[in-house]
Amino acid sequence: MTQTTDKNIAKLSIKLLGLVVVMFAFAMWVMPPLYNALCEVLGINGKTGQQYTVVDSQIDTNRTVKVQFVAQNNEAMPWKFAPNTSQVEVHPGESAHVTYYAKNTQDRYMVSQAIPSIVPSRAAEYFHKTECFCFNQQPLAAGADADLALQFIVDRDLPEDIHVITLSYTIFDVTEMAAKQDSVAAASK
Amino acid sequence: MGAHHGPAKGLTRWLFTTNHKDIGTMYLWFSFAMFLLGGSFAMIIRAELFQPGLQIVQPEFFNQMTTMHGLVMVFGAIMPAFVGLANWMIPLMIGAPDMALPRMNNWSFWILPPTFLLLASTLLMDGGGPNFGWTFYAPLSTTYAPPSVTFFIFAVHAMGISSIMGSINIIATVVNMRAPGMTYMKMPMFVWTWLITAFLLVAVMPVLAGAVTMMLMDIHFGTSFFSAAGGGDPVLFQHVFWFFGHPEVYIIILPAFGVVSEVIPTFSRKPLFGYDSMVYATSSIAFLSFIVWAHHMYTVGMPIAGELFFMYATMLIAVPTAAKVFNWVTTMFKGSITLETPMLFAIAKVFLFTVGGFSGLMLAIAPADFQYHDSYFVVAHFHYTMVAGAIFALSSAVYYWIPKWTGKMYNETMGKTHFWISFIGFNLTFFPQHFVGLAGMPRRIPDYNLMFADFNMMSSIGAFIYGSSQLLFLFNIVRTITHGKPVTDAKVWEGGTTLEWTVPTPAPYHTFTTPPEVK
Repeated sequence: MTQTTDKNIAKLSIKLLGLVVVMFAFAMWVMPPLYNALCEVLGINGKTGQQYTVVDSQIDTNRTVKVQFVAQNNEAMPWKFAPNTSQVEVHPGESAHVTYYAKNTQDRYMVSQAIPSIVPSRAAEYFHKTECFCFNQQPLAAGADADLALQFIVDRDLPEDIHVITLSYTIFDVTEMAAKQDSVAAASK
Repeated sequence: MGAHHGPAKGLTRWLFTTNHKDIGTMYLWFSFAMFLLGGSFAMIIRAELFQPGLQIVQPEFFNQMTTMHGLVMVFGAIMPAFVGLANWMIPLMIGAPDMALPRMNNWSFWILPPTFLLLASTLLMDGGGPNFGWTFYAPLSTTYAPPSVTFFIFAVHAMGISSIMGSINIIATVVNMRAPGMTYMKMPMFVWTWLITAFLLVAVMPVLAGAVTMMLMDIHFGTSFFSAAGGGDPVLFQHVFWFFGHPEVYIIILPAFGVVSEVIPTFSRKPLFGYDSMVYATSSIAFLSFIVWAHHMYTVGMPIAGELFFMYATMLIAVPTAAKVFNWVTTMFKGSITLETPMLFAIAKVFLFTVGGFSGLMLAIAPADFQYHDSYFVVAHFHYTMVAGAIFALSSAVYYWIPKWTGKMYNETMGKTHFWISFIGFNLTFFPQHFVGLAGMPRRIPDYNLMFADFNMMSSIGAFIYGSSQLLFLFNIVRTITHGKPVTDAKVWEGGTTLEWTVPTPAPYHTFTTPPEVK
């Protein structure tokens, strides 16, 4: 083999190795955020966005939208969890406040996380939360209970054909996960 | 030839070898061992499904069998077998003295045996081996996985590293070491398909590594890539997995296309009908494989626009694939065909792969897929493409090139017997699965409704026939090496036109130390 061939082989191999690194990085650090971003922009998996800051407070009194509240427990989650109000009627642009009731039925400290989902999923991007218990993990001592607050505004640009929005929360037991995150955070300090 | 040029003696020859023929041989024997291991898992599955009810194994163990069967066959049998063929044949076909990176070649092989030992050992661990299907969907493979999942993750990492090194080696060899005068458009078709396959591997094996790394993080380091409770999404796993997984199925099938594109012209005594179109078809299939992954996930609740896009893109793949099938058929048209064993396997591969292609088209139709999804129809479909498509092509390749490798001719009668038993056994196993699938029998289930009993019994009998025909294959290979009739002609098959038929038979340890001139 000539020396130029050797050099070409080395050059090409390094380039291919570069491609390997790029594709690994793509899978690890590009695909997950890209997936979340796409779902959010297209509003396709019914997930609601992060905390919303009110930009203008005009209320469209000509329309009324019915908002229904649903609660579910993940199969591994023993808490009692239910909405205190099952439905409210609001005008688009109007701020509304409801609460969910949660009770830790176990005799140990637990941490929960609620995950929202909206039907129809098209409505997700028009449903703004100014305050929500789902933004944070909710800890409860053994046997304790609490009313968890949710404040929201339905956007005035909500498509005309949507009259009913159903908001569902699934509550998960994240006690172990929270402990793990704490220990990982502590270890990295 | 002095002692310096021959192979070293003893076990160290195989441990330290950098010779492409030695490494190719080891790959082929290793993959055959894995083929028998994965096959024995399949025999357990079919024995349990022989009758409805639970007779032989518990559901937990059944799940481990379906998982390990898939993993071992895909990553341990088919892929290493084609890498073995690439090692043996690519340098011979392009007139190169060896692979471009011989030491890395040794390493990429020797990673595999410990890796599969690790994977197989999970079956003996507490909680059993992987039981979540070869597609290892989260959260089955994260939240609900047995503790051995960590070993599974490292095994996948290791086989990924092996495949990536093997592919870099193949690309570097094909790009830099072709004989003078051999332009890209003069390369044998097998080399072309492997070049494209190697690019697919380099692009998607790291994505698989990313998927299992995210699983590892979720399981041990408190992240939630795939856990809804922590803000992640299990559906993301499916997207990442199939972004790897769909190109993966073409990684398996493209070298098989390459093999039949060598065998059919040889035994039809005609050049390939349309060489250029074959190259372009292979490239288009490779490109399209990156934009169709979500057709495995029609039922996850995609928006309609997504379903339509993936449906049309998937159906588009039928066009280059049909170009290939017509190409093989027109190559045979008016050729002076003889039906030696390699040709029989190649023709059967074309025919049965096309059957699998058609059921693939049915599955591509999003609205219809809602019925077929996760049913035995899918099992029938991918076994027509993986077994008849890839394994038949591998059998064809072994019979085609074994005289060149060993200098001995295999027993033609035994070869043909192996073919016919395989052909009948295979179809008896998998054709009825179309029917039970359409009637609603789900895949990966150890027990089933009484109405599926007859077809399942047929399937199981077929599987035992197909399985035992592989022992005949093994016997024929061993017998060829020990007692085969010696062949001395460089050109073993009169229709062979590629460069490997210009070197002496059996191929000496070192070939093409001075490159041939290609006109």
